[in-house]
Amino acid sequence: MAGLSTSRSRTPFVLLGLAGTLLTWGSVWGLFFAPPEFHMGDVYRILYIHVPTAWNAMLAFTACFVLAVLSLAKGDFAWDARLEATMEVGVVLSLLLCLQGSIWAKPTWGVFWDWDPRLTTTAVMVSAFAGILALRRFVDDPVKRATWSAVAAIVASADVPIVYFSVRWWNSLHQTQSSPETVSVLFHWPLRINAIGMLLLMLGLVMLKTRTVALRLRQELAPPLPQAQPARLGAAAEAGGAP
Amino acid sequence: MKWILVALRKDLLLQWRTRAHVVAILLFGATALLLFSFAVGPNSEALLQFAAGFLWLGLMLSSTLALAESFQTEMEERALEGLLLLPAPARAIYYGKAIGNWLQLTLLGVGLVPVMVVLYDAATWRLPELVGVLALGAAGLSAPGTLYAAMTAQTRARQTLLPLLLFPLVVPVLLSAVKATSLLILGDPMLQLRAWVGLLVAFDVIHWSLCGLLFERVVED
Repeated sequence: MAGLSTSRSRTPFVLLGLAGTLLTWGSVWGLFFAPPEFHMGDVYRILYIHVPTAWNAMLAFTACFVLAVLSLAKGDFAWDARLEATMEVGVVLSLLLCLQGSIWAKPTWGVFWDWDPRLTTTAVMVSAFAGILALRRFVDDPVKRATWSAVAAIVASADVPIVYFSVRWWNSLHQTQSSPETVSVLFHWPLRINAIGMLLLMLGLVMLKTRTVALRLRQELAPPLPQAQPARLGAAAEAGGAP
Repeated sequence: MKWILVALRKDLLLQWRTRAHVVAILLFGATALLLFSFAVGPNSEALLQFAAGFLWLGLMLSSTLALAESFQTEMEERALEGLLLLPAPARAIYYGKAIGNWLQLTLLGVGLVPVMVVLYDAATWRLPELVGVLALGAAGLSAPGTLYAAMTAQTRARQTLLPLLLFPLVVPVLLSAVKATSLLILGDPMLQLRAWVGLLVAFDVIHWSLCGLLFERVVED
């Protein structure tokens, strides 16, 4: 448990503050100053938050795969803590993503849900990763929990491209890909600002959650104390060799 | 290879001796098929349309019972620990069990086909192809299912966790197997069967190799 840092640095809070500022800036710009879109009018403005959420949710799940491989290869609980934190933030972001998508889809497509491959793959990924988070709650042994969630995360990640392609074949009705390059320059800046804001938000949340998980793991892994001693966990962490 | 055969023999013997359980699972699947038709109503056209989907949902639901049971027996009297102490590689234990589960699930699927034909009037004469699709789909369920059963059998909420972990993962199996079965029953004017079978094969290859690699880590201590 060498790498289980429970340092109390202010970095996550600084990141969250910056994220809040950027997201406010970008959203106000996008909501009030960017021109309305030709076909969709004002409904499109959800794009300023939807697309950054999508990018960061995908980033979080990609990071989960990398973290799972690292956790399995190195066997260090620090990677396990990061994996859990990233997975949780990824699940929350993807749920938000589905919610925003539904809000946008109802006035645009006339339905809340559509069996579009990206949408369906996101839904499948959310349930897969939420299942892994549930698994973590039901395994008491921290070593097994770390190994199993890493294994499950790797298998789930390997599954993502197959899910995507199978859904794409299954539902050949295909929407035009809304890639950032198709967005006009007028719309660029609020989108970029919000994307960076969302990235910082994600990083801040992941760091905070990692800290919480590390504290919990530290408690689970610590040998029982000979006498009840109100130890300050932060001090123990620094003495125990923070990285 | 020899170890896999030995492990498979052990698992088949185990399944044979608990064959009442296999029959019970088959009955469960048949009941599920019956319930699906109640949910849709006595509309024979709709039933025929969805027959393949119902068959695979029934098989998927019963598969969690079969998969969970396959590791449940190893948890009794800490049999799994004894198995791991043997000089056999853990991978052989996995493949033995996965092949055992695969055969059992294929058998279940074959057993459910007559129920489907009777209830939904969904007959096909392309039986070898149907059995092939059933076998490929069952392989897709059993490879990740065996891996996850090994994990969830050791947890507190195993009845909930196995389907929770397995179902999102096997979405491609469900999609492609249902499509392929549907094409066999309803006819295949666009010759799409090959593509769906190809997808199933790809899923099977990826999961049979990946899960075999990872199994060792799951049971190692």
